[in-house]
Amino acid sequence: MIRYEPVIGLEVHAQIHTASKMFCGCPVVADTGDVPSNTAVCPVCTGMPGTLPVVNRRAVELTLLTCLALDCEVPPTARFARKSYFYPDLPKGYQISQHALPFGRDGFLEIETAAGPKRIRINNVHLEEDAGKLYHGAGGSRVDLNRAGVPLIEIVTEPDLRSVEEVRAYAAALHAVLVYLGVNGGEMERGVMRFEASVSVRPAGSDALNPRHEIKNLNSFRALADAVAYEIAAQVETLTHGGAVAQQTVGWDEARGVTYVQRSKEYAEDYRYFPEPDLPPVDVDRAWVAALRAQLPELPAARRERFTSDYGLSGYDAALLTADRAVADYYEAVVSAGGAPKAAANWITGELFRLMKETGQTIQTVHVSPQALAELIQLVETDVITLGSGKTVLAEMFAAGGSARQIVAARGLAQISDTNALEQVIARIVEENPEEVRQYLEGKEQILSWLMGQVMRATHGKANPQVVQRLLHVQLEARRQ
Amino acid sequence: MRLHQLTIHEARDRLTSGEFSAVELSEALLERILAVDNDVKAYLTLTPEEALAQAHAADRLLGSSQERPGSLVGIPLAVKDVLCTQGIRTTAGSRVLDNFVPPYDATVVARLKAAGAVILGKTNTDEFAMGSSTENSAFFTTRNPWDLDRVPGGSSGGSAAAVAAAECLGALGTDTGGSVRQPAGFCGVVGFKPSYGRVSRYGLIAFASSLDQVGVLTRDVTDAALLLEVIAGHDPRDSTSIGLPVPEYAASLTGDLRGVRVGVPREYFVAGMQSKVEEAVRAAVDVLADLGAEVHEIGLPHTEYALSVYYLIAPAEASANLARYDGVRYGLRVEGESLREMYTTTRGQGFGPEVKRRIMLGTYALSAGYYDAYYLKAQQVRTLIKADFDVAFEKVDVVVGPTTPSTAFRIGEKSGDPLQMYLSDVFTLSMNLAGICGLSLPCGFDDAGLPIGLQVMGPAWGEEQALRTAYAYEQATEWHTQRPVL
Repeated sequence: MIRYEPVIGLEVHAQIHTASKMFCGCPVVADTGDVPSNTAVCPVCTGMPGTLPVVNRRAVELTLLTCLALDCEVPPTARFARKSYFYPDLPKGYQISQHALPFGRDGFLEIETAAGPKRIRINNVHLEEDAGKLYHGAGGSRVDLNRAGVPLIEIVTEPDLRSVEEVRAYAAALHAVLVYLGVNGGEMERGVMRFEASVSVRPAGSDALNPRHEIKNLNSFRALADAVAYEIAAQVETLTHGGAVAQQTVGWDEARGVTYVQRSKEYAEDYRYFPEPDLPPVDVDRAWVAALRAQLPELPAARRERFTSDYGLSGYDAALLTADRAVADYYEAVVSAGGAPKAAANWITGELFRLMKETGQTIQTVHVSPQALAELIQLVETDVITLGSGKTVLAEMFAAGGSARQIVAARGLAQISDTNALEQVIARIVEENPEEVRQYLEGKEQILSWLMGQVMRATHGKANPQVVQRLLHVQLEARRQ
Repeated sequence: MRLHQLTIHEARDRLTSGEFSAVELSEALLERILAVDNDVKAYLTLTPEEALAQAHAADRLLGSSQERPGSLVGIPLAVKDVLCTQGIRTTAGSRVLDNFVPPYDATVVARLKAAGAVILGKTNTDEFAMGSSTENSAFFTTRNPWDLDRVPGGSSGGSAAAVAAAECLGALGTDTGGSVRQPAGFCGVVGFKPSYGRVSRYGLIAFASSLDQVGVLTRDVTDAALLLEVIAGHDPRDSTSIGLPVPEYAASLTGDLRGVRVGVPREYFVAGMQSKVEEAVRAAVDVLADLGAEVHEIGLPHTEYALSVYYLIAPAEASANLARYDGVRYGLRVEGESLREMYTTTRGQGFGPEVKRRIMLGTYALSAGYYDAYYLKAQQVRTLIKADFDVAFEKVDVVVGPTTPSTAFRIGEKSGDPLQMYLSDVFTLSMNLAGICGLSLPCGFDDAGLPIGLQVMGPAWGEEQALRTAYAYEQATEWHTQRPVL
């Protein structure tokens, strides 16, 4: 039986969240339905006769930053081009995109795979405008052009991906890069990132590029992974049974979990690209590129590396903390406010993430300032409070804000390390539980932790566990004679 | 002299001196339109109420000592109907935009208004400016005021006829391959197409974006300079408009031609052209020489390719520019059983045969497998045509030749033969391909009493040279004072 390997390429469309649209002054508004249809529009983005596009410089800068972040070559001249097709959500009957002279080409993005790091080559990075949206109802279809003209960056890979896992890793890594650069906020549910995957399979080890299926309009990481997995399995199945895969454009039916044919090769669109005559070529000045390069923030991969080397974090924790730029910034703020690096990583990826997940909050909205968390970490590390009390304090800060020290004082959570006070409590517990003490002395050592629990309960969790353990051990051993 | 026959500069002087009011002037023009436009058919839409309101406002400005009135205050003008006018129907001569009322002014219209001009209405044009006679207008054909059986030229035929028939003091047109200069030549008026990028295209309903340019049609060269100065200059809404300062064009009208080097291209005198046209143009060159110009014969060797290049590039751009007329957002919509049917019936009924012909030509030239052979090759030859002019303008200051190979033809004479129609623009296409400026002014009449146009071409941003040469010629001759009898 032949073993097959998938050959996958991705086109990623990411909205660029500039203040205004790509070619006019209309605001870029959230795609959430909160803004009434066709209110963020003007004669330019509705394609009125005689109107002309003017390039949004900030959108170009963010595109160039993306090119630099992906190690692309940035040619000295870029051009916009018209891509013609008819569709009701496309006001001009053509999309202003790029064709022969994109802003970036020949780059790569490194991803982590089970077999180690792997470079996924980027064919090109180009800038274009988004289309509007259609709503189909019983009374007919409606067109909303609020989204028409929103800047869209398109990042096209070479067919370098070989598994669903790699597809997932690439999408996540690219998502992180775009958010780091501030291209957009990364809110997948708002449709800020959309995917097209081209999938073919071939006998493992072969160099052949077989006819592929292009899966259009995948709007989430999950849809991307599921659709690619489905296509791989379906194509392998076809080939195994002696069938052939024809080049096609397919859609993804999320509800049924299958792809369906949209267009076969014979009906492929001819987009009739030609250079956009309404816009002169963009002179990508070298000094401009150098200035942008200097603005380039530390990217997720570099930051992950630094977190492991500078803070002694595991690769796993470093990856968790750097996946989101805001979380990484928060972590570093906690450390610079005096939180121990490893403890800070544990608190954030553990308790804080748990609380955020429970309440649907993001790092931007939490009430716990980095200073407050650093103080809490210090209180635990210096044994002023127990780890358990620390969790209580964090929950309270998370709910209502405030400083750790104030909460500890108000709730009387300071840890009891006073030996005399603890010796009395321990003596009482030993006295009250003769049966358990007997079992312990007979060799059932695990009873010790039960006895410790009794002490902790008697002290409302404020006893220093190490001190309790030491004193309990002494008193129990004394009973052996 | 009656008020409607004044030039812009004459009217301006007399309005300033208080000889008559702006309202009186506009009323005189509206009366003239009522009297002759049934015959000439220059206007698609008249806006008398708006015009009189603007005239009243102009009179207030003229009477006020506080404000310095704009340079066109109270001057009644006409605007070609491919230029958007806020709140005023703008059709581009097409059924597909029959009911279109733009919510914005073209930049040139806004600049006319800011200078105080009165806008009388919108003039007829070949549909989407595609044509050389106004016969492609979806509404009606404009007549040549010199002979109502003949075409006024096109596509700015409505504007040229309105100026010639004294139905306005001046007008805006647009010129993609000669659409200002050819009708100016046919109607015996001045038509000036500035360099590509000199005037904003914002609000000009696009035909071929890399060739379209707004131009002016006037009774004399001084008026052309005045109007151009108002509409020229960078516009942040048109990225292809140039950031250069606008010269004081009137200052270039010195009447002095001494030392000016005039090039006469041998390729612009071809077999088959009307002999009277060649005679008149050669005589005009002699006048320039008498005025002190140095005349040089020059070569523009790629001229013969201009027509082919133009009819690949212009339709290619048009095929994309006209894709937006799909019935979805504005203009004509013919409902259908499916989206596809709505598209095909809307566009099938909305566009006329010449527009459809060019959309098909352009779509073909851009399609996969043909792009390199047609569109790309045409762009390469376009570069050679431009290089011809670059070389010529190293040796000469202006180039002079005929505007058209013949005078105005009869209505219907060429409408069945697109290629013959295209050939009437053979001397004007190259300036659009090269992005340079060109002006047509009267230089004689043929045996039928029809005007002949002299074309004066300047390099890119060389409007002053062209104006200076044309003005000196005009001052030395009487052609521009001749008026058609209506």
